Amino acid sequence: MSNTQRIIFLYAGMALLLAIVGVMQSWTLSLTIMNLCLISAIMSLGVNMQWGYAGLFNVGIMGFAALGGIAAVLTSMPPVPGAWQAGGTGIGLTLLALIGTIAAVIFVRSRTRGVMRTVSTLLVAVAGYFITRTFFDPAVEAIEAVDAARTGYLGGLGLPILFSWLVGGIFAAAAAWLVAKIALGLRSDYLAIATLGISEIIIAIMRNEEWLTRGVKNVSGLPRPVAYEVQLQQAQWFIDLSAKLGTNPIFFSAIYVRLSYAILFALVLIILMWLAERALNSPWGRMMRAIRDNRDAAEAMGKDVTGRHLQIFVLGSAVIGIAGAMLTTLDGQFTPGQYNPLRFTFLIWVMVIVGGSGNNWGAVLGGFLIWFVWVEAEPVGAWLMALLTSGMAATNPVKLHLADAAPYMRPLLMGLILLLMLRFAPRGLIPERGAPSIQKR
Amino acid sequence: MDGFLNALVVFANFVFLPGLAYGAQLALGALGVTLVYGILRFSNFAHGDLMAFGTMITILVTWWLMGMGINFGPLPTALLALPIGIFGAVAMALFIDRFVFRFYRKQRSDGIVFVMASVGVMFVLNGIVRLIIGPNEQRFADGERFLITVKEFRDLTGLAEGLAVRLPVAITIVVAIMVVAALFWFLQRSKTGKAMRAYSDNEDLALLSGINPDRVVMVTWIIAASLATIAGVLYGLDKSFRPFTYFQLLLPIFASAIVGGIGQPLGAIAGGFVVAFSEVTLTYAYKRVLEYLGFAPDGLVQLLSTEYKFAISFVILVLVLLIRPTGIFKGRVL
Repeated sequence: MSNTQRIIFLYAGMALLLAIVGVMQSWTLSLTIMNLCLISAIMSLGVNMQWGYAGLFNVGIMGFAALGGIAAVLTSMPPVPGAWQAGGTGIGLTLLALIGTIAAVIFVRSRTRGVMRTVSTLLVAVAGYFITRTFFDPAVEAIEAVDAARTGYLGGLGLPILFSWLVGGIFAAAAAWLVAKIALGLRSDYLAIATLGISEIIIAIMRNEEWLTRGVKNVSGLPRPVAYEVQLQQAQWFIDLSAKLGTNPIFFSAIYVRLSYAILFALVLIILMWLAERALNSPWGRMMRAIRDNRDAAEAMGKDVTGRHLQIFVLGSAVIGIAGAMLTTLDGQFTPGQYNPLRFTFLIWVMVIVGGSGNNWGAVLGGFLIWFVWVEAEPVGAWLMALLTSGMAATNPVKLHLADAAPYMRPLLMGLILLLMLRFAPRGLIPERGAPSIQKR
Repeated sequence: MDGFLNALVVFANFVFLPGLAYGAQLALGALGVTLVYGILRFSNFAHGDLMAFGTMITILVTWWLMGMGINFGPLPTALLALPIGIFGAVAMALFIDRFVFRFYRKQRSDGIVFVMASVGVMFVLNGIVRLIIGPNEQRFADGERFLITVKEFRDLTGLAEGLAVRLPVAITIVVAIMVVAALFWFLQRSKTGKAMRAYSDNEDLALLSGINPDRVVMVTWIIAASLATIAGVLYGLDKSFRPFTYFQLLLPIFASAIVGGIGQPLGAIAGGFVVAFSEVTLTYAYKRVLEYLGFAPDGLVQLLSTEYKFAISFVILVLVLLIRPTGIFKGRVL
């Protein structure tokens, strides 16, 4: 079976699975799963750029996705004027002090040498820290006091939420640039450790800086890029349309909203996919693969390995950031507590490896398939558990423990899938096209 | 003068002793990471969850012993259960090596593939631990709680502030010293230890001189798993056991190993203390210390909130990578 046939076959199979859910469970559920499948596919596309094109191991996907989530809040929520009045100046001065400190450190470092350099850098940094804190602390206190139950943060820019997808990409790209600048060029393990670190820090900031993100109090009621069900159900054209189709308007409005999201997400996926495929088949893509397959030879040919790695790492992270912003848009709320490494880092890795690293079609399929398995594992697992323990009494301690433990089957199962794929089918479901001699162009 | 002494006691009680214990725990963890790195040449992301696995077995055995009415007098029962926990973790590590890592070793895979496989192992272990003991916090320390209580110290010295030496802290320090001494004796003096160092230094030369690589790898896993379990149990006795906390310990442990110079056992110990003391000193609120020194600060004088302690490990890591990527003790050329 050629790769193209394989792609068609597997994608059709995936569509069939979603259709089965539609028939067996409900069409709204099927569309909900599909929307998250689309977002997962974009994330895994981003990771595939890093791993599949360049062999860079990113263990901080969660952090980049979370940056997208922050972008959604900061772009789309209406600004809180009271908070800006109370602490806007303070935050502005804090920023100035921060920039001033960094500038002073750079200046001092350029003018001194040896031990003096270390000492003066430390002194300037400490002084800068205290100056920054004197502006920052009162500002934060003032902002968080403004109507703490409903706002207590600065709010956002009040722009349409679709912009945040772009902003999320930019945020993630900036963070990725910083990490890559530090860790690339050293051993490959270091990038993995550094990304793990930065993602933990991003999550910690989101949970604790209430003036920026409301922390664990969550931001709910993000504006939607699509219509609201309630409004649809009252609109005359909508009632007419659903009557014409012979459906119940309440059911149809749920379908309509989910379909609008699906179209938006699919559009983004198609654009990114087109760009990614174009890039992969361009001279640039061949250079990337050459670097991945033989770093030394590529370097000897005059390719800037570290520079190219930096580029691809930033691009891949930007794609993850876009997907993160899309996810928060779909949720309609920003909850820092939901970010955990299993769901946001590890699951994406399983998607890429199962789908086929190095192949965009594979990564997208992996995103769909693994998200589907992840969601459907719960009802199937609960059903299996019920079947296994059906002979036991309701108070049997083994049964109770098994029922409690069922959710932790997920990491176990996903870990096993990853290990088995990595060992027995490292090329994935849709392998990367092989050497040029096999390719038919 | 009294003010100064009181300030010193407060500092020792809330910064120095906790830092010392935490540093010892990190050092034991980092020793395992650094040994695996030196011999097998990859960063083992599963180390934190291996710690959790060994600790979990120890806890289960501890509960069983408690149920049987067996205890260790004033010392925590967990110390009696520790050998069985170590045995369990070693068995698990060898099992994983046989079925996961050995394959890639034979294939001579790229280092990053090992790292990825270790992330897979991390999640499998994570799932197993939560499946068996659940995700919640477990306390399993029993026996005496204090070596010296605050009151005893006050009566002894007549100072206003007391210095409490908690038993888990004392145990951590004693056990850590014993374990590290034994490990260094083993690496420097025994034949297997020398073989390990040779293998870490130059794999091909070591193979030429007839060193059995399978044996070296096996011993490495035995030591790493033992150290992980000891570190995990000590951390659990000192604070408490929660699977997620152990996963989070991964970052400070990596930071310790890299700060000290990865592949250098001595560096791992130094790194553990550097990371631990930076974390504790930067997140402690110095209000009371300063008050005794004659200042009257408005706020808590806390440089960083405790939620950001992982950021400290990360910043240390970044500084080392920028300034001296080989670490304090000139680790492997990276």
